[in-house]
Amino acid sequence: VPVEPLVLKGAEDGDLTQIDDYRAAGGFESLAKARAMEPAKIVDELLASNIRGRGGAGFPMGKKASFLAKGTGKPTYLVVNADESEPGTFKDREIMFRVPHRLIEGCLITAHGIESKNVFIYIRGEYLHEFEILRAALDQVREADLLDGVTIVLHRGAGAYICGEETALLESLEGKRGQPRSKPPFPAVQGLYASPSLINNVETVATVPLIIEMGGAKYTKEGVENSAGTRVFSLSGNVVNGGNYELPLGTPLRELIYDIGGGIPDGRALKAVIPGGSSVPVLTADQVDTALDFDSMAAAKTMLGSGAVIVIDDRCCMVQLGLRVAQFYMHESCGKCTPCREGTRWMVQILEKIEDGRAEYEELDLLLDVCDRILGKCLCPLGDAAAMPVASYVDRFRDDFRRHIDEGGCPFPDSPLDHVLAPVDQHAHDVHVLA
Amino acid sequence: VIERIREIAAQYPDSRSAVLPALRLAQEERGHLDREAFEEVAFALDLTPAYCTGVASFYDMFHLDPVGAQLVEVCTNVSCALVGAQQVLEAFESELGIRAGETSEDGRFTLRTVECAGGCGWGTVVAINHRYREPVRADDVPAIVEELRSAG
Repeated sequence: VPVEPLVLKGAEDGDLTQIDDYRAAGGFESLAKARAMEPAKIVDELLASNIRGRGGAGFPMGKKASFLAKGTGKPTYLVVNADESEPGTFKDREIMFRVPHRLIEGCLITAHGIESKNVFIYIRGEYLHEFEILRAALDQVREADLLDGVTIVLHRGAGAYICGEETALLESLEGKRGQPRSKPPFPAVQGLYASPSLINNVETVATVPLIIEMGGAKYTKEGVENSAGTRVFSLSGNVVNGGNYELPLGTPLRELIYDIGGGIPDGRALKAVIPGGSSVPVLTADQVDTALDFDSMAAAKTMLGSGAVIVIDDRCCMVQLGLRVAQFYMHESCGKCTPCREGTRWMVQILEKIEDGRAEYEELDLLLDVCDRILGKCLCPLGDAAAMPVASYVDRFRDDFRRHIDEGGCPFPDSPLDHVLAPVDQHAHDVHVLA
Repeated sequence: VIERIREIAAQYPDSRSAVLPALRLAQEERGHLDREAFEEVAFALDLTPAYCTGVASFYDMFHLDPVGAQLVEVCTNVSCALVGAQQVLEAFESELGIRAGETSEDGRFTLRTVECAGGCGWGTVVAINHRYREPVRADDVPAIVEELRSAG
């Protein structure tokens, strides 16, 4: 399938981390075009493009930009969410290390569109290499005099998944613990420093130059209805060719996993697929023809999320998967809302009991009940991100769970997730130096 | 350090925003964040040491206790675990003679597991002083440890 990349366009042909190469490939032409347009026209193009946020929630970018409060007497801020931390997701990282100038160009165009002079890029602290690349690219842009009075500040996080949630990110950027705020007020009205703020994901912002180049009406013809354009899909797990692949939305999952990804290694069978990062409900092997777009995933009772496709082969124990996922969210719960803080802990305890073969059938229902008591009951979606996938594992792989209870232990001796040490466990174990 | 912190703070409309970069600077200077580090950051930004400690304790990359000169972090989240992260971790444990979460007695190495590092398709991801190596397989570990030991 010939695929014309948009976000990663040109990255195969040159070193686009260098401004000269990026310009030779047509870079910053969209910026010049945009700056000759009225700001409102930029937002119109974003609306016409129907581009939906690439961070996970899929909210239309143009709509978000149009919500920004006007005439408040306060500055308007653009905040780029580069805190990519959803397990399975590593696309923004690739965008930053391969086409950093496209992200910066997207920032400058968007800033013009929302009449902002201040841009903050919040990049997760672990991405040191990508931070250095972005910093060097930004220096080149500054020297080339392209900023036109806009300041772009690169702000590094310090290790907290929750800071990918927009209001937690704002708190963190304001120098606080990264705990989500209650909404309303929404960031479009009171965001960073209580001022109108637009927060968008790296991939979304890096797409803006292409939307301006092509025009929103043309961009929306890429992909499928309700899912315009391309996505950089992150493919990982039990697949031959893991990596990031930019494909039109609507591409069948099968094509990504088998044609592009080379299928499952060592002749094993597919068991399950997580289609949008660890927080979304799982798909079974027979759903592998589902298309990678927002509506098709919703029809399959899951979500496209961050576009992170995790492939799971038939050795894997779904109880262990649930446990590892729950351990992650327990570790990352900020502690502000009780259902999430306590519920994720309960999920881990019940799943450990099931995995060890110590559970009764009633505890499957208890687990689902705990999930239900988290869902929709917190300020932010982190708790949901634990409850939704785990409930789906029980629902769609109930036999895996039942067998643990019936057989008094785990029936999957070759599962790669067997006793994998999670950071939450590491904190608990005693200090012990080997002889 | 105080001067550098104030330079960073000038980039923001509110100097409090400089807390994370300031803590990072202090940690780079001292290896970990001790009482004096918090006093220094607090002084530079006109905050209290308690406030700075409260912020630091929220984030995984800030060390409230000493860590080894070489911080070895192994991602054991789902994607890496599916391709053998536990075996990679165990190989580091055996080569370094310490368990995950520990620092070697000579203070040279700290080994720990981390949550998703964002290299899922290139797993297992191992970060050594925040420089990623990917993919790392259990077989690669002896050579990596030897390299780290000879680097002093």
